[in-house]
Amino acid sequence: MATSKPPRTANRWQVARLVERRVETRTAQTLVLEVPDWPGHLPGQHVDLRLTAPDGYQAARSYSIAGPVVDGPGGPRVEVTVQRVHDGEVSPYLIDVFGDGDPLEVRGPLGGWFIWRPEETAPVQLVAGGSGIVPLMAMIRARRAAGSKVPFRLIYSVRTPSDVIYADELRRRVRDDFGLDIAYVYTREAPEGWRGEPHRIGLADVNTHGWPPDLQPLTYVCGPTAFVETVADLLVGLGHPSRQVKTERFGPTG
Amino acid sequence: MTEMSYLDGNMLDGPMRELFTVDLSSAMGRCENCGMTGSMASLHVYSNAPGLVARCPSCEQVMLRLVRGPDRAWLDMRGTTFLQVPMPMEQPFPGPL
Repeated sequence: MATSKPPRTANRWQVARLVERRVETRTAQTLVLEVPDWPGHLPGQHVDLRLTAPDGYQAARSYSIAGPVVDGPGGPRVEVTVQRVHDGEVSPYLIDVFGDGDPLEVRGPLGGWFIWRPEETAPVQLVAGGSGIVPLMAMIRARRAAGSKVPFRLIYSVRTPSDVIYADELRRRVRDDFGLDIAYVYTREAPEGWRGEPHRIGLADVNTHGWPPDLQPLTYVCGPTAFVETVADLLVGLGHPSRQVKTERFGPTG
Repeated sequence: MTEMSYLDGNMLDGPMRELFTVDLSSAMGRCENCGMTGSMASLHVYSNAPGLVARCPSCEQVMLRLVRGPDRAWLDMRGTTFLQVPMPMEQPFPGPL
């Protein structure tokens, strides 16, 4: 190559293309993006995606990376899972209009706080609200990929059983990924034969399905702002030091 | 909407990377108002404004404002006493240049 590549910094926007799309639920899809100059990332990190309209108007949003980078024939592939936000500006476009081979701009990987490193040895508890599962799934996938034996517990709050993102894969991983436990909380409609009533996540859920503070777990909570607030308060109330409870909120824009 | 919703400081990383070469979301900052020290990732970020406004999660003091124009950016950090930025272990003792 005659031209030297610019330095691989996370602050540069680069053009990526959609190479694959997977429908996860009625409202969530995974977009597989081919990003030619991707420096690699850690589970929990995110990317900014930027769209430019023909009139020059630009809109950028942050999306969590859903799993380890995959080598494709045209370069590294990065997966993001997009939840449709009603009346959103970017997510409906990405889900309904954005097509195979279409370009968009990517900046990342971003975020050095809400990350899990596979060399960590402390037990991990993950608490997801809705599409807050995405960066936590990246951690679950990275754990298996790295052969980590660290025990993981996931508490996943969803409205109804059909809102579970990665449902089949989670079922499979509970069976195959030794040391991974998953508990679901249904807020509107529980599956047939479920014991208990649909409810919002509460102390009993966190206490029963999380790790006790004595084990000094690393905790990652991701979901809508109010959900994260509730869960973080419960965990700190149970005695988890607040610096060990890492949170990532997402808001109403999309 | 009755209450303005906020995001957290994790989302500052992209916009701040336009100005700085390190990840500032894992930096620790002290609030000028209440003295609390915490990660920038834990700030409450309000993005429904002409720019980004980041507030202390403890006292809601504005710790950082970032406004991006087409050809310039404004960064106002008068609510932050200091930032402690993790650095790679390259040079244990800062030597003279």
